[in-house]
Amino acid sequence: MTQQEDTLGGAATRPPADNGAFLQVRELRVHFPTDDGVVRSVDDLSFSVARGKTLGIVGESGSGKSVTSLSIMGLHKKGTAKITGEILLDGQNLVGMAPDRVRQLRGKRMAMIFQDPLSAMHPFYTVGSQIIEAYRIHNKVTKAVARKHAIDLLDRVGIPNPKSRVDDYPHQFSGGMRQRAMIAMALSCDPDLLIADEPTTALDVTVQAQILDLIRDLQAEFNSAVVIITHDLGVVAELADDIMVMYAGRAVEYSSAADIFNSPQHPYTWGLLGSMPRLDRERTERLQPIKGTPPSLINVPEGCPFNPRCAYAGTNGDLSFTVRPEFRDVGGGHHIACHLEAQDRQRIWETEIRPKL
Amino acid sequence: MSTKTETAAADRRLGEDLLVATDLQKHFPIRRGLLQRQVGAVQAVDGLTFSVKRGETLSLVGESGCGKTTTGRLLTRLIEPTGGKITLDGRDITHLSAGAMRPLRRDIQMIFQDPYGSLNPRHTVGAIIGAPFRLQKVKTEHGVKRAVQELLELVGLSPEHYNRYPHEFSGGQRQRIGIARTLALRPKVIVADEPVSALDVSIQAQVVNLMEDLQNEFDLTYVIIAHDLSVVRHVSDRVAVMYLGKIMELADRTSLYERPMHPYTVALLSAVPIPDTARRDNRERIRLSGDVPSPINPPSGCRFHTRCWKAQEVCKTTEPPLAELAPGHQAACHFPENTTKLTIDPTGSAA
Ligand SMILES: Nc1ncnc2c1ncn2[C@@H]1O[C@H](COP(=O)(O)OP(=O)(O)OP(=O)(O)O)[C@@H](O)[C@H]1O
Ligand SMILES: Nc1ncnc2c1ncn2[C@@H]1O[C@H](COP(=O)(O)OP(=O)(O)O)[C@@H](O)[C@H]1O
Ligand code: SF4
Ligand code: SF4
Ligand SMILES: [Mg+2]
Ligand SMILES: [Mg+2]
Repeated sequence: MTQQEDTLGGAATRPPADNGAFLQVRELRVHFPTDDGVVRSVDDLSFSVARGKTLGIVGESGSGKSVTSLSIMGLHKKGTAKITGEILLDGQNLVGMAPDRVRQLRGKRMAMIFQDPLSAMHPFYTVGSQIIEAYRIHNKVTKAVARKHAIDLLDRVGIPNPKSRVDDYPHQFSGGMRQRAMIAMALSCDPDLLIADEPTTALDVTVQAQILDLIRDLQAEFNSAVVIITHDLGVVAELADDIMVMYAGRAVEYSSAADIFNSPQHPYTWGLLGSMPRLDRERTERLQPIKGTPPSLINVPEGCPFNPRCAYAGTNGDLSFTVRPEFRDVGGGHHIACHLEAQDRQRIWETEIRPKL
Repeated sequence: MSTKTETAAADRRLGEDLLVATDLQKHFPIRRGLLQRQVGAVQAVDGLTFSVKRGETLSLVGESGCGKTTTGRLLTRLIEPTGGKITLDGRDITHLSAGAMRPLRRDIQMIFQDPYGSLNPRHTVGAIIGAPFRLQKVKTEHGVKRAVQELLELVGLSPEHYNRYPHEFSGGQRQRIGIARTLALRPKVIVADEPVSALDVSIQAQVVNLMEDLQNEFDLTYVIIAHDLSVVRHVSDRVAVMYLGKIMELADRTSLYERPMHPYTVALLSAVPIPDTARRDNRERIRLSGDVPSPINPPSGCRFHTRCWKAQEVCKTTEPPLAELAPGHQAACHFPENTTKLTIDPTGSAA
């Protein structure tokens, strides 16, 4: 329990909160009790997204990205997840809200795009009928009006011949078209919050580029708040205003997108950047991987969860092994959770990390 | 440590053509009805000609369904070619029977796309990595177990992992097990199908580095199949860009990335998201519309014409041959880019 006190301890450790923001997540914890122990999928996560802004969440598989998005959408299977903290959507707390009310908000005020469009679409109904259905749940309009709306949306997301394709079944669409159709479905009620969980991971790079353009254009048009979740730093660089880097169910770094790429401060973010071959740089002889593998979320390491893989874990005595680092503002809203002193971070970034990227 | 003369001999042989594909084809028949009459064919691979030099890494890139895996399976003779020819170290292996192929299996090995699906979950790591020794009846100096444990160490796992099962390992570790199995017989050529695409970036880099180290240590020749253009640039000496079963462009790494000639290559490169927010707005983007057409009924003439922004009438009617347009740089296009002006930056960083 000492770990809990560490996290809740200092009042100065307030996470990046913006009281006016459309979506505010505060100290979110999502734990799954299992036979092997409690999986701490999300453990004290805070962030916010304003309308018209895009937050990118990056992290390796299993770091809690999808669990976070499903919590916001209220889509965890009933009774499996223990959720605490606050998820404020336009000021209303979704945690603990009656499932019926969350369902009403879903589709109307918030919508989600999944990695696998087939999981969001029913194989036995036409694409059009599913969009019409989604629209009519929240809008009292005739079938004909809803159908017209569906065709407009399909056209809007770039489906060719929408008038005839509206009657196709999902399997008659290519992967890229299904993703577009799902986006059309998600947008049918002009949601104020759009969460895209790995929206392009299954797609080819040319189709990915089309979908990212589409999300960007639609956001500009509807002024929605967008959360884009991905493991690809390139994708967030294209879209995000702010970026949150997650590791083992926690945020380790959070700042403007430009700062994450130009002056990252956390050793894990450095590791991610060094692992990636980059087309926009001279080819390096050697990639700089992070050693080891991510921890099990049942047995998260004591102290800093990144310590078994971190090259700087010994820099501050045994602090990294015993005390969980506070998630704190290190200047200008740039937040990190790391014990390294400012001058050490600066020196390591400038002398060891940046020259090798 | 090799002696001077051995090194010289090896040097001379480096750069020889080790694996050569000529007009290689694979058409999968599509059958319908009670009589299973053939009603068409998936032209998965349709006339590939390329060679892989001893000690080099050649990569095949392209979008899903363009025939990369099929090519890998043809090269390793896991499937029978519909047409064309494959030679390995000067020997024609195009239609060798499984029996005749068996001794050559030692020389050419494949690492599979899916590190989860390709390891038998009921076999221990020891049995999986030891299988090639047993199947090929290879004599090992200190027994199979010792040999397997040495391989485990070589790929960065621990000899204690011998009795464990695949599900006890992470994705990256499973890929290492797959690599150890491949290395068991000291192959000359390894065909690796998306060896890192299922892995997280931090783990990807570990496996990429491992493959580089092994290549240096054992003079391996790699054919790497991948769709991630950044990874491909990092690992390859030469790169072949495929589209709908054909090679669109084939060049050494530097020429391909700095002076791409085929419009499809240019489009692919410009679609790669760049992890630099400063590039967001001033980057020149070429956006292709639509998806890749079906390989059952590929477009006439140049297969790329339905998505190409440079397409002219001739592109619909006449297929451009894969021709050498600069030394060592082949492209199949009637109106190639970068043949006169020499500097373009596909990532759009030009000042
Ligand atoms: N056994 C088969 N029978 C029929 N068609 C096949 C068969 N194997 C592959 N194909 C088809 O051949 C084409 C090329 O497939 P292949 O697996 O080589 O693609 P790929 O380039 O490896 O794609 P990916 O990037 O998705 O792995 C595809 O259209 C595929 O559907
Ligand atoms: N229903 C569940 N029961 C138990 N553990 C779960 C459940 N859903 C997710 N997890 C665990 O939570 C962690 C985070 O998962 P997830 O959010 O899906 O990761 P990602 O960042 O890849 O999206 C993983 O360790 C996963 O195994
Ligand atoms: S707190 Fe310690 S172990 Fe964690 S990232 Fe910082 S230096 Fe590394
Ligand atoms: S031949 Fe024509 S259609 Fe094909 S790539 Fe060249 S310009 Fe485009
Ligand atoms: Mg996920
Ligand atoms: Mg494949």
